[in-house]
Amino acid sequence: MGDFFAQYGGLLAQGTWDSVLMTLGATLFAYILGIPIGVAVVVTDKDGLHPNPAVNMVLGWVVNIGRSIPFIILLVAIIPFTRLIVGTSLGIKGALVPLVIASAPFVGRMVEQSLKEVDPGLVEAAQSFGASNWQIIYKVLLKESLPSLIRGVAITCIAVFGYTAMAGTVGAGGLGDIAIRYGYQRYQTDIMIATIIISIVLVQLIQSTGDFAARKLDKRNR
Amino acid sequence: MIQLDHVSKIFIGSEREHTALADINLTIEDGDIFGIIGESGAGKSTLVRCINLLERPSSGRILIDGNDITKLSGKGLLALRRDIGMIFQNFSLFQQRTVLQNVTFPLELTRTPKAQAEERARELLKLVGLANLAESYPSQLSGGQQQRVAIARALANSPKVMLCDEATSALDTMTTHAILNLLRDINRELGVTIILITHSMNVAEAVCNRIAVIDGGTIVEQGETKAVFANPQAPITRALLGVEGSMASGIAAEAAAFVAQESASAESSLAESSIAEPGKSTATEADAAAGSHTEGAGE
Ligand SMILES: Nc1ncnc2c1ncn2[C@@H]1O[C@H](COP(=O)(O)OP(=O)(O)O)[C@@H](O)[C@H]1O
Ligand SMILES: [Mg+2]
Repeated sequence: MGDFFAQYGGLLAQGTWDSVLMTLGATLFAYILGIPIGVAVVVTDKDGLHPNPAVNMVLGWVVNIGRSIPFIILLVAIIPFTRLIVGTSLGIKGALVPLVIASAPFVGRMVEQSLKEVDPGLVEAAQSFGASNWQIIYKVLLKESLPSLIRGVAITCIAVFGYTAMAGTVGAGGLGDIAIRYGYQRYQTDIMIATIIISIVLVQLIQSTGDFAARKLDKRNR
Repeated sequence: MIQLDHVSKIFIGSEREHTALADINLTIEDGDIFGIIGESGAGKSTLVRCINLLERPSSGRILIDGNDITKLSGKGLLALRRDIGMIFQNFSLFQQRTVLQNVTFPLELTRTPKAQAEERARELLKLVGLANLAESYPSQLSGGQQQRVAIARALANSPKVMLCDEATSALDTMTTHAILNLLRDINRELGVTIILITHSMNVAEAVCNRIAVIDGGTIVEQGETKAVFANPQAPITRALLGVEGSMASGIAAEAAAFVAQESASAESSLAESSIAEPGKSTATEADAAAGSHTEGAGE
């Protein structure tokens, strides 16, 4: 046991760190893209603040196409694009581009769902006080759905973490990379098990942090 | 003065058109508590929502102090709405904001400095009798308390007019009377014109100086409340008054209906501090008065 850690502890720590960085980084950028997408879908909906069937339909397509491409395919298919954007298709930087592209539409849907849970009566009340559409987006839709949005962040993080393991297969590093190179290709079962345990712990951690934050922030049912 | 001049509203659905309002003519004087009464689906909400252009009339004019508001759009429209407060059947309070932050909401929209907005909000909370609940969240309040917060919020911008869409329909009889009294005080002391939608003749009789009865999108009868009650003309007015002629027993019947409704539904707005009466007082009322958590009162 001690030997194992002495030999592979550093490797596993580095892999865990890389996975965490990729997950958090990709989730962050996916939200920067996904929040405007989700908001735009809700706002341009036929019952939305600013109905626009054409924009709504195009956004719907973009989101669905984005979500229907299996990640492993997207990963290799956009390598030239990835190189163009970040200069390499390897390492954390190289993984970030496909991770963000794959998860932004997913985030868009999550944000859309959360915003649609907001009581339309609140939007109407805000309108009756002379709120502009922008004010309604910030002060009502996003604010009232905050607990739900936070739960979405946790779900997204976990999905992205799963993607990072696949990105490991094309040189992104991280736990997925270690599991494949050591656990699969060199039959080192102990390392395989270690990556699985670390993954379980990470996912649990993300989920309970998300749950805790959402509960802490939610002012309903007190 | 608010004048509706040949106002119609036609909803154009995918299959058919629906005339929600047909040629409405109404004059509401400054300082009125004007009741709009009718059955469910009669067009009451649509009518009132036209006054702050939450709904745009399909035709006709709406004059406020002589200006046709139906011509407004953009910033002018938002400014108009700031001068008209509104309260709703289900209170529509922001659940993620404290009571105080709910009341400052309309002031935030105009970028009122925070300290000034909070001072104003605290004043209004005192007015509605909830000064001690400023830091609570809506889900911690009873129905009656929530409607008081909504009233304070509607008054934040010192509106000249307040629209009340079935503001007491989700409340029990006792709470209803407390809220109606508050509205009457606001009308008298602040000079706010109140337009009050209700399906209850007793609510109308309790506070309105003038009423209009609406049925199928048309005004079938209007005038001084007393006159309409004394001599109802339209069949629907008679029907709303209950069995023809038995007006005196109206309030008792209404109260009985409320009680039946209360026990039938899970609605729990029984906890209402301000109207606690000897003999009627319950443990939940005492809880609410103390400003502590009231189970289930958040609905
Ligand atoms: N947005 C809408 N689209 C189509 N029909 C509507 C809409 N709003 C209201 N209506 C219809 O207009 C009529 C009047 O509705 P409403 O003003 O809400 O009545 P009330 O408030 O008196 O119950 C109803 O038949 C209702 O179905
Ligand atoms: Mg209505």
